[in-house]
Amino acid sequence: MSVLKATNVTKRFGKFTALDGVNLEVNKGEVFGFIGPNGAGKSTTIRVLLGILKATEGEAKIFGKDVWDDAVDIHERIAYVPGDVNLWPNLTGGEVIDLFVKLRGGNNKNRREELIERFKLDPTKKCRTYSKGNRQKVALISAFSSDADLYILDEPTSGLDPLMEQVFQECVMEAKEAGKSVLLSSHILSEVEKLCDRVGIIREGKMIETGSLNELRHLTRTNLLVETKEPISGLAEMKGVHDLEGENQSLSFQVDTEELETVIRHVSQFGVVKLESAPPTLEDLFMRHYEGQDQLVSESGGETNG
Amino acid sequence: MANTNLKGTGRLSWLIIRRDRIRIPLWFIGIIFFTLIVPVSFKDLYGTQQERDVMAETMENPAMIAMVGPADLSNYTLGVMTAHQMLLLTAVVVGLMSILLVTRHTRADEEDGRIEMIRSLPVGRLANLNSTLVVYVMVNVVLALIAGFGLYALNIESIDLEGSLLYGAALGATGIVFTGITALFAQLSDSSRGTMGLSIAVLIITYLIRGVGDVSQEALSMISPLGWVTKTEAYDANNWWPIFLMLGLSIILFILANYLNAIRDLEAGFLPSKPGKSHASRLLQTPIGLALKLQRTGIIAWAIGLLVIGVSYGSILGDLDSFFEGNDMMTELLANETGFSFTEQFISMIMMVMALLATVPPVMAMNKLYGEEKKGRIEHFLSRSISRTKLMASFVIISVINAFVMVSLTGIGLWSAAVFVMDEPFEFSTILGMAIAYYPAVLVMISVAVLLIGFLPRLVSVVWLYVLYSFFVLYLGQMFQFSDWVGKLSPFGHIPQLPVDEMMWMPMIVLTLIAAMVTTIGFVGYRTRDIEG
Ligand SMILES: Nc1ncnc2c1ncn2[C@@H]1O[C@H](COP(=O)(O)OP(=O)(O)OP(=O)(O)O)[C@@H](O)[C@H]1O
Ligand SMILES: [Mg+2]
Repeated sequence: MSVLKATNVTKRFGKFTALDGVNLEVNKGEVFGFIGPNGAGKSTTIRVLLGILKATEGEAKIFGKDVWDDAVDIHERIAYVPGDVNLWPNLTGGEVIDLFVKLRGGNNKNRREELIERFKLDPTKKCRTYSKGNRQKVALISAFSSDADLYILDEPTSGLDPLMEQVFQECVMEAKEAGKSVLLSSHILSEVEKLCDRVGIIREGKMIETGSLNELRHLTRTNLLVETKEPISGLAEMKGVHDLEGENQSLSFQVDTEELETVIRHVSQFGVVKLESAPPTLEDLFMRHYEGQDQLVSESGGETNG
Repeated sequence: MANTNLKGTGRLSWLIIRRDRIRIPLWFIGIIFFTLIVPVSFKDLYGTQQERDVMAETMENPAMIAMVGPADLSNYTLGVMTAHQMLLLTAVVVGLMSILLVTRHTRADEEDGRIEMIRSLPVGRLANLNSTLVVYVMVNVVLALIAGFGLYALNIESIDLEGSLLYGAALGATGIVFTGITALFAQLSDSSRGTMGLSIAVLIITYLIRGVGDVSQEALSMISPLGWVTKTEAYDANNWWPIFLMLGLSIILFILANYLNAIRDLEAGFLPSKPGKSHASRLLQTPIGLALKLQRTGIIAWAIGLLVIGVSYGSILGDLDSFFEGNDMMTELLANETGFSFTEQFISMIMMVMALLATVPPVMAMNKLYGEEKKGRIEHFLSRSISRTKLMASFVIISVINAFVMVSLTGIGLWSAAVFVMDEPFEFSTILGMAIAYYPAVLVMISVAVLLIGFLPRLVSVVWLYVLYSFFVLYLGQMFQFSDWVGKLSPFGHIPQLPVDEMMWMPMIVLTLIAAMVTTIGFVGYRTRDIEG
């Protein structure tokens, strides 16, 4: 069941098209990773979903309701954390958390105290004196202490230290276990890899890939390292082989996943002594997309738009 | 949908009150203090009707009418006198209060990304705007009541209940109108500086239109809300219709602001902001260039504003002349007493008021240094190979040049209009000289800003109190017959008021030296203190 569904959302700022027909779907109980290079349109998408920017075209629904018309209803059940948290300089962190909690209408004192404890925040300090990470903690605490069904997080950890990053990840996992959904935009790939069930990649305002990490891995290359008894020949000419390096009997290269079988068969003729394979890292996957090589294989795995 | 748009308004209103719990009382104390102290001192100084009639006579000329508005001078009771000389001026201050505070809760909050957080909560799209409107309408209503009942409580015979309430209502209604105007510009402009600048421009323009209208063309005053303020004729005719006119206008402004807020994106405006360049020009790569670029729009706006003010006052000079032409006795009276024509006395007074206004942009330019620091952007410079001294010097240089330009512009404006309307216009160099005579005093103000930035950056606003003090003391000084030293506490009090006073070089040199010294001390402080993040 989908909690969030954006169909063909386009957003123009004057002549500039920031979003160009974005499709996005987040299912109940799932953590959805939203990634893409700087300026790709992640924050813009999220702001459309929050009903604070009006989509030029297309339709976006959360809990089956229109994000612009029913924003207030929807917001009762969502929690948002931006990457750059700005607070009122002369209010304390504790006051701001209470304000947010009250505006949402819930009141879970224990949860609030527990989170303040876990994130090690001093709620008695004025926001003026908070560091970036501390301001972010204020937003995270008020988000996770609310009983939301959907968490929308836009680079929520960009200012957190590794220890706090850990706490954040636990909070996300707890939310997931409780059947909540999460839309997480992030540049920290290890975080995405660890937390997300599915990922969507956006570039220049277009969603270029969506799918589970496994599905997406099919779209990329496996790293191979082989040592053989006899020198390998003819490998360089084979389809799907890239970045060939090394001497005749010890080679390292990358293979497109769909050509893997043919390549292994070819290599095995030369008497394999040693074979190491490394799965494609998320970085490899992202690099290919981010760099904008457009000859991505679109038939296999994941849905592809644009 | 309509009802959810306002959800959360109540709670946000409390937030605004919580955030302004110091600011609002401070404004109240200032405004009420002046409102109440004036009639009390008038009672002391102009206790008899005879004394007041003399005062009324000096008020009966276009220059004064342009400044404070018209009044029934044949019935110059204490009440009429207070309303005539203080109501308009106080209304302008109340308008300013609304502009500054409303901007703070609308566009400034939005620009800093705080409204984004609020809007992600179950809070209506229009809740923030309307909670600001609700709070500031209430603030102005309370101000109106305190001022009204406060005046009545003074128990002065001509200051009756209805007149007092009307006086308060005129102040409150002006505040409410400017709440609406600021709310509207907060939708149109996409920055808080723009919102504030445009609203203040409207405030000044409505004041000037009214001035020109009161002197020459009655109908013109009727298009200015500040013109309506003087039409109340509190303690005299007690007209309530201007109050209703102002409230009606406010409602229209509120509706417009709500409409525009409802149809726009968060953080967007309606006025175009043009795309910037992709490369920094050579100039921009120096701190001086950056400081200039950051304030360009503001500097231009102020330059135009001061020129317009100069022209406006200049254009009255002709009327002043013709007024005295038909009134030989008065001319002689004044001339005999002081040896100078009324026009000359008027000019010397106007020059001082304009010099004080011209102090605002250079002091703003200087305070920008701390503004940037507060926003954490100064680090970008200091982390590179630019010393603090050099950084501060860049801002000082701009501010000092800015001051010279602004002061000169007031004189140029005055002269260029005077040339057309006066039969025997002043020499250009005479007028320019009168304006520039105030330059050393402006330099002292800048040096005070430098000193504060150097040692007590949190208190930089104190320099505005000093400017305000100078204004009140010197503008009202003659009326209240303050002792000399009160005026001498302000650098502006030491400047010879040309052409009435004789030119004296000594105080100007001393002031310049003081400015240089205080600036140097400020530099020392800036070099040794912590930079805030
Ligand atoms: N109000 C606006 N007016 C004009 N252009 C805008 C506006 N807001 C965003 N953009 C542009 O839209 C594009 C998408 O911006 P967005 O903030 O969504 O990127 P992002 O994917 O969140 O990037 P990052 O990873 O750096 O946070 C950018 O090119 C940005 O300059
Ligand atoms: Mg972003």
